[in-house]
Amino acid sequence: MPAAIKTAAFYLAVVVIVVVAVFPFYYAILTSFKTGTSLFQVSYWPTEFNWQNYRDVLSQGAFPRNILNSVIVATLTVACALLLGVTASYALARVRFRGRTLLLLTILAVSMFPQIAVLAGLFELIRFIGIFNTPWALILSYTIFTLPFTVWVLTTFMRDLPVEIEEAAIVDGATPWVIITKVFLPLMWPAMVTTGLLAFIGAWNEFLFALTFTSSSTTRTVPVAIALLSGASQYETPWGIIMAASVIVTVPLIVLVLVFQRKIVAGLTAGGVKG
Amino acid sequence: MTTTALDGRPPQGSGPVARPRRSELQAERVRAARLFLLPMMIALMAVAAWPLLRTIWFSFTNTSLSNLSGGEWIGFSNYLTWRTLESGRTIWRGTLVDPAWWNAVYNTFRFAIISVGLETVLGLLVALVLNAEFRGRAIVRAAVLIPWAIPTIVSAKLWAWLFNDQFGMVNDMLMSLGIISQKVAWTANADTAFWAVIIVDVWKTTPFMALLCLAGLQMIPRDMYEAAKIDGIHPVKVFFKVTLPLVKPALMVAVIFRMLDALRIFDLIYVLTPNSPATKTMSIISRENLIDFDKFAYGSAQSTLLFLIIALCVILYIWLGKVDLGGTK
Repeated sequence: MPAAIKTAAFYLAVVVIVVVAVFPFYYAILTSFKTGTSLFQVSYWPTEFNWQNYRDVLSQGAFPRNILNSVIVATLTVACALLLGVTASYALARVRFRGRTLLLLTILAVSMFPQIAVLAGLFELIRFIGIFNTPWALILSYTIFTLPFTVWVLTTFMRDLPVEIEEAAIVDGATPWVIITKVFLPLMWPAMVTTGLLAFIGAWNEFLFALTFTSSSTTRTVPVAIALLSGASQYETPWGIIMAASVIVTVPLIVLVLVFQRKIVAGLTAGGVKG
Repeated sequence: MTTTALDGRPPQGSGPVARPRRSELQAERVRAARLFLLPMMIALMAVAAWPLLRTIWFSFTNTSLSNLSGGEWIGFSNYLTWRTLESGRTIWRGTLVDPAWWNAVYNTFRFAIISVGLETVLGLLVALVLNAEFRGRAIVRAAVLIPWAIPTIVSAKLWAWLFNDQFGMVNDMLMSLGIISQKVAWTANADTAFWAVIIVDVWKTTPFMALLCLAGLQMIPRDMYEAAKIDGIHPVKVFFKVTLPLVKPALMVAVIFRMLDALRIFDLIYVLTPNSPATKTMSIISRENLIDFDKFAYGSAQSTLLFLIIALCVILYIWLGKVDLGGTK
């Protein structure tokens, strides 16, 4: 094959990949700026630039409240996961004790739990504590998928830190708590940003628990709100508004992912390839 | 292991205050470790172990959603029970003879195998492209990340709009290209709903696969390719003889991860094709029974079965994959 054709084929593949990856979201943005009958005319280039759908979704209904709920739930979930994760991963990565391998295996197994398997039991627990239909129900239940992941990645990361820094601290008589907060924490920031971001994205996107453990429009998180957005009648789906809401919740996420690209990829491969 | 070096080291320095001895130090560290692990263990017990046990317990009772504490033990009736009529006919009941359940099992495995298969092949192809050096590679890699960054619910809605039978872009494009002659109800039609779900899942998850494959590819030393080039070996042969065997370990882990994820799929199908029997998976019908149909105990039995299936897969994975747990590198 001549080199020119080869190069052309390669760039064709590149173009196909980019178009397939980007086009659906681009189309959602186009739709979100259309109103009235033009919504139902397929067009591949911007034809209209109308903010009406955005005004509607942010002024009618509980959508701003849903965004706030999502932010609160995701932030607190990340905070809890990191707090529990850092101390636990120090113990798992740095101290040798009996049953450590078994514990790591258990954590790995929990991270692969099907969420539906704990749904019935969690439902009862949440009803029993009396946090049904509150953000706490979600923060509690999200621990099941954020914590194992956080512990796993932080353990892998902490294991790779040099022994010498810890030895020096021990020689100086530092207690394990001081070692964590004064020695490891400053070195752990990159790993914590990575796991925190991934936990945030996971909590932001979660659907099954959010759908089951909230029941009113003001306590819902964004994914449930978008899934349940409906028009005046059952047969009339407000596509323009749905797309505007989708763009609102997705753009910050895309920006976050693109800015922290390297960190996120590193976290995914640490959780995936190594574990 | 890192701590062995620490343990074997003689205590240094001799200040006025006597330093704790080596074994004491180790004992103190283990005590601290236990304390540090406790909050995490309690959290995992509360959100994983206990709810799981309760779900299994519910599956042996006749608990209903409106009366969670009023369930009575009914043994395996939710799974399988039978009654012989006077005429001699035996009537079987329970999940294990429920055609809807077996349909869901079939759908789930069909979905998991096809989608993960496609994602692996496409992910590897995308990774190979991204591994090549060309101008604008950073932009392409960023673009590939976009489907992964979009929340599942949003991508489900997005594709529901693209697949819309009346005003959707997909129908419009295929009609103008002359591939179809009349509009297709992609998500409602039993024949196409399954493939619609596959397309969306592949679109959304291939980036993840590509990134993991890329990480594997980047670990292959470049001089291997140069050596093959000097020897004049055909690139296709290099791919099958050098690249594939070397990325295989990373690839296998990624495949199994995705497989376990695909077996529990819920959100995409719930939003994209809510009513199609062709796409009802185990998670979907479990939740239907648990919450929507007020067959709480029956749904618990189904989720217990799903748990057993996935647990079996995890055990196989850990056993076959020989996961590196001790940090021995």
